[in-house]
Amino acid sequence: MSEPVLQVKNLKVYYYVEAGAVKAVDDVSFTLDFGVKMGLVGESGSGKSTMAFALMRMIKPPGKIESGQMILDGIDLLKLSEEKMRQTRLRKLAMIPQGAMNALNPVMRIDKQLIDGMLDHGVIMSKEEREARVAQLLEMVDLPPKVAKMYPHELSGGMQQRVTVAQSISMEPDVIIADEPTSALDVVIQRQVMETINRLQQRLGLSIILIGHDMGLMAQSVDRLAVMYAGKMMEIGETHAMFRDPLHPYTRLLIESLPVLENKGVFSGIPGITPSLLNPPEGCVFHTRCPKAWNLCQEATPEFVEIKPGRWVACHLHTA
Amino acid sequence: MSTPLLELRKVTKIFGGKRDYTVALDDMTLVLEEYFPKIIAVVGESGSGKTTTGMLLLGFYGPTMGQVLFRGRPLHELKGAELFRFRREVQAVFQDPFAVYNPFYKVDNLLSIPIKNFKLARSKAEARELMEDALERVGLRPEETLGRYPHQLSGGQRQRIAVARALLLKPKFLITDEPVSMVDASLRSTILKSLRALNQEFGVPILYITHDLTTAYHISDYIIILYHGSVMEAGNVDSIIRKPNHPYTKLLVSSIPWPDPDLPWGGTEEMIQKSQVAFKAITGCKFAPRCPYKMDICETKAPELFMPERDRVVACYLYRDHTVLPREELSSVFAQA
Repeated sequence: MSEPVLQVKNLKVYYYVEAGAVKAVDDVSFTLDFGVKMGLVGESGSGKSTMAFALMRMIKPPGKIESGQMILDGIDLLKLSEEKMRQTRLRKLAMIPQGAMNALNPVMRIDKQLIDGMLDHGVIMSKEEREARVAQLLEMVDLPPKVAKMYPHELSGGMQQRVTVAQSISMEPDVIIADEPTSALDVVIQRQVMETINRLQQRLGLSIILIGHDMGLMAQSVDRLAVMYAGKMMEIGETHAMFRDPLHPYTRLLIESLPVLENKGVFSGIPGITPSLLNPPEGCVFHTRCPKAWNLCQEATPEFVEIKPGRWVACHLHTA
Repeated sequence: MSTPLLELRKVTKIFGGKRDYTVALDDMTLVLEEYFPKIIAVVGESGSGKTTTGMLLLGFYGPTMGQVLFRGRPLHELKGAELFRFRREVQAVFQDPFAVYNPFYKVDNLLSIPIKNFKLARSKAEARELMEDALERVGLRPEETLGRYPHQLSGGQRQRIAVARALLLKPKFLITDEPVSMVDASLRSTILKSLRALNQEFGVPILYITHDLTTAYHISDYIIILYHGSVMEAGNVDSIIRKPNHPYTKLLVSSIPWPDPDLPWGGTEEMIQKSQVAFKAITGCKFAPRCPYKMDICETKAPELFMPERDRVVACYLYRDHTVLPREELSSVFAQA
């Protein structure tokens, strides 16, 4: 049995707006094992990005982490002081942001941006050591050494995203949270960046949470898959098993909504729209769009249970 | 033969000044017929010239060399009634379902303004009927859509309203630039379905500009693969996606993330790791610096469009034993099916 590096238990993140509390993450639990890459998928508004920011403890008002536990290497992140948490970011837990162009400082050279975080976290390095570290980081993300002296605008989108990847690994954290790192990139570049992340994962033994909405990219890149909908976790399992035999009707629809080579011209979407998180439906949050819903689904919220080792699902079809 | 509806005739578009410039589109000829109700996809990475192609055809800017023609007349010479006709007959759906709406107005505006401008209705009731009809055709319920503000609708719904607007005008041609790239994967199919219906039920030809090969494969009949302003491969979409000939198309197709863990990314490492170089200096094939099959000739002279099959052209010397199709006749491969 592999060791969990991160355990999230009953996490709730709410945004308080005039009309009430928006339950962006509502009682979510999952475990990430050492060296595993887990995908977290969902449509817009499913709570996946809130989840990412919650793990970094970077939820800003009116958002608030209501309750729950986030245990990283045996330490509950929610119990840490602000300063301790700041030290933990980058050192143990780092994030690759969604839009690299907005994450880099436009007036700072790349070399400085790469080691800025290390210096801030109290790493003492001589000039030579800094240069060596910059060169090493660039090499790790397949960027040429000359990038060190360049500014962000001189780099292509894919190269900028590689710089943010290099930043995230600068202190060799245990866990990396990648929030749609390739959603702004073309297929070829997307694949190159993902392959770089894969290599780094093996080289450094990283555990990764890859957030996104593209099931195709997930099929290609992750070991395990977690599906969120309207703030709730719907299903978690090993990627192959999830694609071969999706248990939750939502997971099935997500997979079927994607075009594959064999079904040219078949357009099957998911009917209906995501519910308002201010007033989520009673019972199962997905019942308003679910083709398999029955009366129990409108009345009771299904429990999120492990129905076989490593496979979790919240659906009355499988638990009632 | 009748005058084509829209035509790019030997068009080159260069951005920038004397010293620092980019050739966005390089000697492109494309003839788009009114009575050829097919969907043609224009696919490429950023900087391939795909959006430039659309912008030129919509007259948002003019070509550096060559001509853009509407019913045989240069676009920039159109005035008055002719310009009006062009604006009505050639419609567009853009990428961003947020940017096309004014957040202060109800979404009805997007539909009512064209009705007013083009005098499509004689009364309020008739206008309402037109709007409801158009919305229903794209699978939206008018009572759930009209009277709402943009922020009350999902990106997918907003994008479908944009399709409904195009439909309202009964255009002769539709140009769509990345219509689904900002919409969740699960909602994409509803928009593609609307586009396909517009194409098949009303016989409206569509130019579908995208970087996404999967949706291009699903919705279109023909495809043009662009790379740095030049056509790499063009023709029947099924045969090109299933059996790409050009090394660049092979790279693109092998990078598609199919939603199947048992169908992994293929292709060669060295080909995809090569970084980009400055493109204005290239006289030969633009893909040569990244191509694993590069020969001497590739660096000196740009390849012609070779025709290995009746419905496909490939701009690659690997296929030089086949007949050459003159560049001006590119569109003829689209009529071969």
